Amino acid sequence: MSANHSALAEQFIANEQRTNWHDETLWLVRTKRDKAAHGLPEWEQLREWASLIKNHSLSNLYNYLKEFEANATANGITVHWAVDGEEHNKIIHSIVQNHQAKKIVKSKSMLTEECHLNEYLSHQGIDVVDTDLGERIVQLRNEPPSHIVLPAIHLKKQDVSDTFHQFLQTEKGNNDPQYLTEAARQHLRNKFIEADIAITGVNFAVAETGSFVVCTNEGNADMGAHAAAIHIACMGFEKIIPKVQHLGVYLRMLARSATGQPITTYSSHFQKPGPGQEMHIIIVDNGRSKQLGRKDFRNSLKCIRCAACFNTCPVYRRSGGHSYHTSTAGPIGSILNPNIDMKANADLPFASTLCGSCSNVCPVKIDIHEQLWKWRQEIVKEGYTATVKKIGMKGMAFVLSRPGAYRLAGKSARTILRWFPFLLKSRKLNPWYKQREMPAAPRRSFREWYLKSKKS
Amino acid sequence: MKVALFIPCYIDQFYPQVGIATLELLEKLGCEVFFPLKQTCCGQPMANSGFVSLSKGCDQNFVRNFIGFDYIVAPSGSCVLHIKEQLKDDNSSHAAKKIKQSIYELTEFLTDILIVKGLTASFPYKVGLHNGCHGQRGLGLSSMSERMLPAFSKPEHLLSMVKGLELRKPLRNDECCGFGGTFCVFEEAVSVKMGKDRITEHEANEVDYITGGDTSCLMHLEGILKRKGSRIKTIHIAEILNSNY
Repeated sequence: MSANHSALAEQFIANEQRTNWHDETLWLVRTKRDKAAHGLPEWEQLREWASLIKNHSLSNLYNYLKEFEANATANGITVHWAVDGEEHNKIIHSIVQNHQAKKIVKSKSMLTEECHLNEYLSHQGIDVVDTDLGERIVQLRNEPPSHIVLPAIHLKKQDVSDTFHQFLQTEKGNNDPQYLTEAARQHLRNKFIEADIAITGVNFAVAETGSFVVCTNEGNADMGAHAAAIHIACMGFEKIIPKVQHLGVYLRMLARSATGQPITTYSSHFQKPGPGQEMHIIIVDNGRSKQLGRKDFRNSLKCIRCAACFNTCPVYRRSGGHSYHTSTAGPIGSILNPNIDMKANADLPFASTLCGSCSNVCPVKIDIHEQLWKWRQEIVKEGYTATVKKIGMKGMAFVLSRPGAYRLAGKSARTILRWFPFLLKSRKLNPWYKQREMPAAPRRSFREWYLKSKKS
Repeated sequence: MKVALFIPCYIDQFYPQVGIATLELLEKLGCEVFFPLKQTCCGQPMANSGFVSLSKGCDQNFVRNFIGFDYIVAPSGSCVLHIKEQLKDDNSSHAAKKIKQSIYELTEFLTDILIVKGLTASFPYKVGLHNGCHGQRGLGLSSMSERMLPAFSKPEHLLSMVKGLELRKPLRNDECCGFGGTFCVFEEAVSVKMGKDRITEHEANEVDYITGGDTSCLMHLEGILKRKGSRIKTIHIAEILNSNY
């Protein structure tokens, strides 16, 4: 790990105006979500159903995945299984090689981000063009997405204009959103037409039909999949749901939770390849079965990637997605990533005040803040804690569990604050004091007051 | 009614006036209040930092002090939530279980158990209420903006009984202040930024005081207010409910 969340967040906040803008933009998305959810009197009931259906699916994964495989195969889809990111990437590479494909377009798929597909293929000399507008912007800038639904939310119009000027030869300084999106549209249109292979993600895979649903607002998944001869869809195995009727629950909640829209502009159902086309689906584990086996953290696999927890998180809004140094940031990322690499992501469960807003907005009722707390315990148990923190905690526990020691320490602290405040007033050594005054120290504690005024 | 008073460690040491107001208020309302003298801390600082194993000593001490009371009341949503969720004592598991069921945050005790209908308090100021997350989302002291459920607020209900008090709500009524326990030092930059943003909203409302049910949130906000030389003061809700200006 190069830098931890706290240090990266400090860098982000150094530009306070931009931090305010980031916070307000995402808060606006949260308020849109609130409005959309308020529009459905059955919202809390839908959450309950969404949670129960996922719970059931996770408990019967083997059967539903086998059912999906059989039905998808019968529909003419080739089903692949990948144990990890590397195998996933290799499968895609072999499909590319078999068809001597040169041009690939890809719509948004957090799984391919998680597997670092673009880097892998680029090492093999194969370029992938991301066709989601936000993803294309960050791809041109050679940055990872900072948000799973709004990948370029950390950028302002001016930044996009500069990037497009550099790569798409747009007018320098023209920040008009319509002008810029038109430029992206023209640029991407050619990529769609030329593509040999289209890669998409999967939002929901339906066991009973062997079909899958991809949700986008830009229609870019459809443009790619319809124009190219080969469609490869990549899915984490937790995307499975038993029946088509269950889509009625999730499609109503996904966009409402994500952006406040009643439904995504495109909710495209794919069931079989078109004439002369090939369709592949890669079902990926990549640590998911390990997470499924962790009793406390299994429910994190219910996630439908709406990012409502990002938008509501007061820490995310003020620290930006890149401070989480992982492909999936925000509260959900902080409970998923320690499973994949506990040491590298040991800081993430601590990047939270445990305010609980994330669990409240979650459409599938993942107990996110409780899992953050539990990951903290795991991380300490596994020894991924700084020694100085460990010693501090031990000292604290010693004092606070002994009434006499506690009273002595309390009195000493108050005496120091009263008589030698400069000892604690170091902005360098005392992080509290950097931007906050110390509390005033009273002469008497409550207990001392009580003994004097009440006991006599 | 016999009530044991739990005064969290930092209130005991740094904000005794909050403990005094709580005690006086409960007595005014007819409770017989006991203060177990060997109490210390609920153990939350260790547990929330990932060291729940180190909070055993605090747990045992807590059980020793609060065993045998029908009601335990504390002026802190955060510490009460911690006890409710985490208190564990293998040697006296029955007592620990009983304590978890009988501990109340002050405003919920006044609203749900004492069913207070009126107060003699008077506080002629413009006041902003900060909803501490653990009290609000953890203990359910008020409805939450994320959930699609009927609106209510126990602290607001009590504040509405105070003569002269004008409650002004911030725009984001239940956004976290950024204290977060050890978060306030390990994530100092985010913590302070969150606090500053809360304060900005209360400033826009031109309040005289920011109140709340958790002194930890208020201590954090007070530190920022004092550093910027603001005229806004912080005050615990117990002090307002016990006030007579």
